[in-house]
Amino acid sequence: MDYTLREWVGLARLNGSISEAAVTIQARESGVTPQSVRAMMRHHLMCMKDAVQNGLDEKLRSVTGLTGGQAAHLLQRLRSGQSLCGTLLGKAETYALATAECNACMGKIVAAPTAGACGILPGAILAMMEERGVTEDQAVEAMFVAAAVGQSIATQASISGAEGGCQAECGAAAAMAAAALVYLEGGSPQQSADAAAFALMNLLGLVCDPVGGLVEVPCVYRNVGSSGVAFTAADMALSGICCPIEPDEVILAMKEVGDAMPPSLRETGEGGCAACESIRERLKMIQERA
Amino acid sequence: MDLFDLIGPVMIGPSSSHTAGAARIGLTARMLLGEKIVRAEIGLHGSFAKTYHGHGTDRAIVGGLLGMPVDDERLRDSLRIAREWGMAYFFHVVSIRGAHPNTVRLSITGESGAVLNMEAASVGGGNIEVHRLNGLQVNFTGKENTMIIRHVDIPGAIANVTGVLAGKGLNIANMQGYRREAGGDAMIVIELDGVPGEDTLEGIRALPCVQGVTFMRRRSDL
Repeated sequence: MDYTLREWVGLARLNGSISEAAVTIQARESGVTPQSVRAMMRHHLMCMKDAVQNGLDEKLRSVTGLTGGQAAHLLQRLRSGQSLCGTLLGKAETYALATAECNACMGKIVAAPTAGACGILPGAILAMMEERGVTEDQAVEAMFVAAAVGQSIATQASISGAEGGCQAECGAAAAMAAAALVYLEGGSPQQSADAAAFALMNLLGLVCDPVGGLVEVPCVYRNVGSSGVAFTAADMALSGICCPIEPDEVILAMKEVGDAMPPSLRETGEGGCAACESIRERLKMIQERA
Repeated sequence: MDLFDLIGPVMIGPSSSHTAGAARIGLTARMLLGEKIVRAEIGLHGSFAKTYHGHGTDRAIVGGLLGMPVDDERLRDSLRIAREWGMAYFFHVVSIRGAHPNTVRLSITGESGAVLNMEAASVGGGNIEVHRLNGLQVNFTGKENTMIIRHVDIPGAIANVTGVLAGKGLNIANMQGYRREAGGDAMIVIELDGVPGEDTLEGIRALPCVQGVTFMRRRSDL
């Protein structure tokens, strides 16, 4: 299945919603029932919950020791009521970091759409379940909306940092989460598409510059920031603000920007944050000790 | 495009290409050999050679060789488990001309003494491509039901094999033939819609031109 966002919105008109269309097409193409497609997504949701639990462990450390255990700090701040972002977004960000750190520490995660950007979607969905009474069934439907948006981005541009920079990973993940949030708040399919475009627009140009080529710094922190982008994009669309650019064109713009990025800023670990002396030194010391 | 490629796979982190894809390469080699591995020579090329430690590429490949799938939490401890299970492994940095940056060159020995040589690349999102098998250039992904037939390059060899499949009502989705030279060692890689029974595999093994048959179920079923 290769559909543009505009086509997904059209399919939603015929099928009732983007998620219904996505489930129907996925079932048909893989030769299984819609029930088993939904059961598979529910399984993925359960794995996301486990990843958050594992990632909140303050003793968690990655192979290099650069990341791990930091989500526990965010959780503590959230629990003390000090989070500047409030409970809903504060929770989404905490869970996003927990998932990203679980990933960095060789824990079990669900790529969404990639391992590097795996925290944004589960953070948003699980926070909505705990804070807004979203049921498991609704969460599963929202994940199909997110998957449909991810498919449009993957086929029209890229979801690989090596090809399109971090805008293609965290940008795509934020767009997917924004569209899912709109769905969960009762917004229209067009509003989901607009929210995806707003999220992508806000992360356009984001480079992929992992220190030492590893999925740690700045990756785990970008999962947090991109969560904020997803919520603000969803709020804009839900408030009735229409995206002034056709959403699919924003995806194409993302591809063009990615193509223009120098190789040093596309997952090679040479430019951007990866070139900063302070952390390069630290990583070198760690690796010499190993 | 499969929507579970956008939300999924469920995998051990941190990288779909450097960890999940690496584990899949190991697991594919293990399935193709079809028996417990006692010794593995693992050559890492390109980006794999540079960042394998931090990404756990080494543990992922070894875990795959031990038979662990991409979401197996034992992948983290696979180096220790390999020692416990009696699999010796040796890592080398290799440089393969024109190869994809995330390429692994494997030479593995099974408990019966059987040897398998394989070169495969992790091409993104946890997907892999096998590029060389026992000296022959091939190209398959393991995403579909895959049957690999080693045979002698004689007229009618392919027709005999496809005849057995047709007789069992199995549909061929994709087929490629490879050989080094006319009349020499050859290989057929067939992607099937269905899953062949043991009788089908025996039927193909019994053909005079055939030297060996291996079958791997499609990845989503594993």
